[in-house]
Amino acid sequence: MTSEVVATASVPVPGRAQRVLEIATELRGLRGSLIPILHAIQEDLGYVDQGDIPVVADVLNIAVAEVHGVVTFYKDFRRTPAGRTTVAICQAEACRSVGAVALADHAKRSTGCGFGETSADGRLTLDEVFCFGNCALGPAVQVGDKLHGRVTPARLDAILGEAR
Amino acid sequence: MTKVYVPTDAAARSVGADEVAERITAIAGVEVVRTGSRGMLWLEPMVEVETPEGRVGYGPVAPEDVDGLVAAGMLRGEVRDIGACLGLVEELPWMKRQQRLTFARVGVVDPLSAGDYTAHGGIAGLRRALSLTPAEVVETVVDSGLRGRGGAGFPTGIKWRTVLGAQSDLKFVCCNADEGDSGTFADRMLIEGDPFTLIEGMTIAAYAVGATEGYVYLRSEYPDAVATLKEAIEIARVEGWLGADVLGSGFTFDLHVRVGAGAYICGEETSMLESLEGKRGTVRAKPPIPALEGLFGRPTVVNNVLSLATVPTILAHGAEAYAAYGVGRSLGTSVFQLGGNVARGGIVETAFGITLGELVNDFGGGTSSGRPVRAAQVGGPLGAYLPVEQFDLPMDYEAFAAAGAMVGHGGIVVFDETVDMASMARFAFEFCAAESCGKCTPCRVGAVRGVETIDRIVAGDDRQKNLVLLDDLCELMTDGSLCAMGGLTPMPVRSAVRHFGEDFTT
Repeated sequence: MTSEVVATASVPVPGRAQRVLEIATELRGLRGSLIPILHAIQEDLGYVDQGDIPVVADVLNIAVAEVHGVVTFYKDFRRTPAGRTTVAICQAEACRSVGAVALADHAKRSTGCGFGETSADGRLTLDEVFCFGNCALGPAVQVGDKLHGRVTPARLDAILGEAR
Repeated sequence: MTKVYVPTDAAARSVGADEVAERITAIAGVEVVRTGSRGMLWLEPMVEVETPEGRVGYGPVAPEDVDGLVAAGMLRGEVRDIGACLGLVEELPWMKRQQRLTFARVGVVDPLSAGDYTAHGGIAGLRRALSLTPAEVVETVVDSGLRGRGGAGFPTGIKWRTVLGAQSDLKFVCCNADEGDSGTFADRMLIEGDPFTLIEGMTIAAYAVGATEGYVYLRSEYPDAVATLKEAIEIARVEGWLGADVLGSGFTFDLHVRVGAGAYICGEETSMLESLEGKRGTVRAKPPIPALEGLFGRPTVVNNVLSLATVPTILAHGAEAYAAYGVGRSLGTSVFQLGGNVARGGIVETAFGITLGELVNDFGGGTSSGRPVRAAQVGGPLGAYLPVEQFDLPMDYEAFAAAGAMVGHGGIVVFDETVDMASMARFAFEFCAAESCGKCTPCRVGAVRGVETIDRIVAGDDRQKNLVLLDDLCELMTDGSLCAMGGLTPMPVRSAVRHFGEDFTT
């Protein structure tokens, strides 16, 4: 572990509010635009900051509470930046039948993270997911954008080694 | 130029298909075509080489195997006595025993080639539909006996009839592609392997009910499917299959993709509609039914991917041809999915009526661990756990319902003898507690109480009394929940207690 520590508390970058305003304004014409807007914010800026919420609410002319309610309802929307690599382990039934719980225990031990947590060095975020639709080739794990099948603890270590 | 087919399906990619394709592409004189997967997932990455007699398959092919196989003659289709060679793919028993109607093109065509699509029978259903009146299209679907493949099994044509009869200047067709159930992956494979079929099915639905706008609600856990479908929609617009004047008929329909955000409950149709409207995915009380007051309060068709993707073949070949398959009131074919601890997992599309045992043992080959099969969960996380003694049950909506189980979306998850069924029952409640939308009390609170009660039973704390309490809680959730999430969570729990009671002791 290095001494480099990335703060996980939200520190909005300068100009963030302007970018959020642009995204929301660009997409506001879509039907049911709030979720596409939130996805676009997260895609572009890494997470949905508390400070983004009033900006979006203002563009859509809806209550701040409504936007807040949506952001907090859906698991996909992060409230703080994720680590450089996100590791999501499927914990649904099909993957459980081939050792996904033991795999998750191994991952928690080796990374020092629980589900939903980011390592202290900011390198890695560990998440649980319920189903990638890879149920015949489980356990399934997504590392960054890449989906992996038949992941054993040893294979997970190798994949994470490459990702570092 | 030798044509070689390598799947681009997410499951195949998860075990190295991209790396295999890359190595084969580097060989001179070879054209690599990326297709969907045939659904023989234990053979992925599976490579197919075109020969005069048909495609010869090799699998599983690891990236590092490619050079050796090529040296041994893989690219010359007549050489078949080398390792990993499967022979002619269409002649494999796994394929020959199936009746692929909905999945006819998946694994065969380039998913994003409009030419491939029409060359393999695509758009014939839409052309036929446009030559009929909307009411005739609806009645064709009614006559086919097609029932909702998302799990509820409601007759698709009847739903369409309601929407057709509703008066509104704006109607919608929404496709539920929020395939969140563990053990189900057919929606994903269809969208990745043959997206035009879904587009064609939705366009036919729109014409039949008088809708002009469509939405596909696709889960964020399926990024490949999102990318493929978006690209396919662009191509369909260029081809005139979507847009202001579909196939020159004057009929207007356009289609959009909306990506979910990690909420299992959004697979419930009213919750999905809320999410499409940009709101929290909480369930709506019914009535009003979505067919009359759906998306933004307008008459809306909400169908599963497989229901919509089956419509083109029904229109192209007629209702009778489709209804000739199946048993009782479960007509046509269903796309069963074998997953979990299974030796040969994948897609089995076959007529209703095949038994669970035939699927798990004959197609699936038992467990991948080699240990005896102990249970299969059918129909997703809300479906029952069935012991091997019940494997003679035919896959039929009514037969399963009578046995306290459900066919659901056709997903079958296999477990070997090491499974602890009390922990699976506990997980059913845990999952419900985590994913409940929170609107109704039986689901929101009942799931939490269920976890606690199972813990007490397993700990031997007033076991008998708590088993009675658990049963009472299950009954309350079944009867009192607003939607299938709370209403069906008791199904896996009760089936686990009933069939595997010995696991609920210390």
